[in-house]
Amino acid sequence: MKRLVLLLGAGSGIGRAVARGLAAAGHDLLLAGRDPVRLEADAADLAIRHGRSARTARFDAEDEASHAQLVRDWAGEGDVAGVVACHGSLADEAPGAGLPEEARRVMTVNATSVISVFAAAGEILAERGSGFLCAVTSVAGERGRAKNALYGASKAAASTYLAGLDARLRPRGVAVVDVRPGFVDTRMTWSEPGLPLVAPPTRVARAVVRAVRRGRSVVYVPWFWRPVMGVLRLLPRAIFRRLPL
Amino acid sequence: MSLAPTRRVALGSWGLPARGECVAARPECEAEAVELATALAGPDVLFRGLGRSYGDAPLNVGGGVVLTERLDRLLSFDEENGLLTCEAGVSLGEVTEVLLPRGRVLPVLPGTGRVSVGGAIAADVHGKGHHRDGSFARCVEGLRLLTADGRIRWCSRRDDADLFRATLGGMGLTGAILGARLRLERTGTAWVRAEARAADDLDEALVRLAEADASRRWTVAWLDALAGTGALGRGVVLSGRPAARDELPTRLRSTPLRGQRRRAWTVPPAAVLHPWLGRAHNRWYRRRRLAASGGLVDLAAFHHPLDGILGWNRLYGRHGLVQWQVVFPPTDSEAGVRRSLELVRASGVPCYLAVLKTLGEEGEGLLSFPRPGLTLALDLPWSATGLPGLLDRLLGVAAELGARPYLAKDASAQGSLVAATYPRLADFRRIRDAEDPAGRWSSTLGRRLGLVAPRPSDGGSTS
Repeated sequence: MKRLVLLLGAGSGIGRAVARGLAAAGHDLLLAGRDPVRLEADAADLAIRHGRSARTARFDAEDEASHAQLVRDWAGEGDVAGVVACHGSLADEAPGAGLPEEARRVMTVNATSVISVFAAAGEILAERGSGFLCAVTSVAGERGRAKNALYGASKAAASTYLAGLDARLRPRGVAVVDVRPGFVDTRMTWSEPGLPLVAPPTRVARAVVRAVRRGRSVVYVPWFWRPVMGVLRLLPRAIFRRLPL
Repeated sequence: MSLAPTRRVALGSWGLPARGECVAARPECEAEAVELATALAGPDVLFRGLGRSYGDAPLNVGGGVVLTERLDRLLSFDEENGLLTCEAGVSLGEVTEVLLPRGRVLPVLPGTGRVSVGGAIAADVHGKGHHRDGSFARCVEGLRLLTADGRIRWCSRRDDADLFRATLGGMGLTGAILGARLRLERTGTAWVRAEARAADDLDEALVRLAEADASRRWTVAWLDALAGTGALGRGVVLSGRPAARDELPTRLRSTPLRGQRRRAWTVPPAAVLHPWLGRAHNRWYRRRRLAASGGLVDLAAFHHPLDGILGWNRLYGRHGLVQWQVVFPPTDSEAGVRRSLELVRASGVPCYLAVLKTLGEEGEGLLSFPRPGLTLALDLPWSATGLPGLLDRLLGVAAELGARPYLAKDASAQGSLVAATYPRLADFRRIRDAEDPAGRWSSTLGRRLGLVAPRPSDGGSTS
């Protein structure tokens, strides 16, 4: 397989779009998700549409013991290009939600699973002197909001780790990319039809492909979230928490 | 995995603005879709593709709608035989985009590439080549159908043939089409040699159309229905045939399957058609088509001329448009077309598109629209005064002459006209009801035209 990318969360709306984008850009893919049998159909689709090879593998974010083996399977192919993490989960933010289990689950899925895979894969790429690690986080990680305090916290954890990993690995030739979308048109936002500025998954995919090619550090999708978050980050908390966000 | 999330939303169609709510879900994979078919809350459910039908065919007000747009995977392609297996949400445009560069194309292409495979089968669509090639069913080797009992069945001309014939043209009412196997034909180039012949009135248009039908693979007559004082049925007869490689200019010959990417532009939301704009457009269009006669046109652009204008239905404003399309029986075809055009002119309702075609053989599906005769399609704005009256009068002519309405376009026909012009409707009802006695599959169109039983809670009303 050539320029192989390990794609976590390959069955998700964003994951599927990213897979197509990477295949069109010439990468072969290891599609990893909770249901590898179902991912066979996605692999077949990539082969027909883009003439790329795609294999499937099991990736369960909560089954941390299995992550090291998955990374080894990917690395064993030889010509590896990088890892893209598109998996994620919303949190049950209701006051009665089963904490601390829910917090543990969300932190594992959105943050520590990314950390465990990226730490292992990062070493392998650094030894070869090139490659990329890209995770789709969220603008929700930039400031805590009443609406999604737990989700935001997990995304913030991932983003901060990516920044630290970037500082460690960039001198060794590996780009660590943090792609931060706002609302994306997937299962996660489907039950709220009124959301503003919802981007299609293909937009996120284009941003990911461009970002890993250019080795960017932080990318906002769509671009306007960068200035918007820039302003929101500076607002005093007393004002921010009154905003109807 | 939990059930796919749902939302309450008002859906529209290509012609109709959104009205009436349904519960909609958009599964990302087949397994989710199958689960939704039984688990989606509500009295009944409809699987919907890209919503390009003009009337209420893609609606299920008060029930559930499963959007298939993410079920768009290509599953296998047999290079040698041109057999493509794919999920039902793939669009015909995508099929062309992926496989035309490999020298394969669907033998039947409708007027837009933005219909799903499932929708193309459910409406048994046809294109400019119907007089020779028949309808979309001709491309279909078989399909995977999810029936009300939760089984997924392979239906083809050999397996479950009755259900296959009920599903072709069955408007999604026999079950959910999950995927299909399609046979594509070989093609040497991505180009069409296109011709245009002027016609000064309906008689001449029919003569030119018959000439074109005799010698060309793809034919259609475009009529200028806005020309107030000009002769009725004035227009241009367009025809085309696949271009061979040695006909291409040298610069295209090395990449004969490349074609030409069209830049699509989007209609701004506020734009609205006016008759003077339509008349100016018609004058320009006629001149342009005649001037370009004999030239080469990209295959997708030839078959799907309006796909270059994204959201062109928005030109009709808030109230949308109705596309009136019927096929007249051969003996009364000319009279039917003439009377319909006269009615339009007399009503003062602007008709922004009028298209005429000779259809060939009877469709294979029990509710397939095509049958021998002339078909006339008219685009009319819902906002026009006099439109309801015009539709009534057009219906009157159709009823009198036994003209069959096209269910994928229909928004106004009555069940009685459908019963009178679809002789296999009773067979359809029998097979459909046997598969789905509880009435789980339904749609607003189905209830309105008596293709399915009314909802028990409705007390006879249709929505």
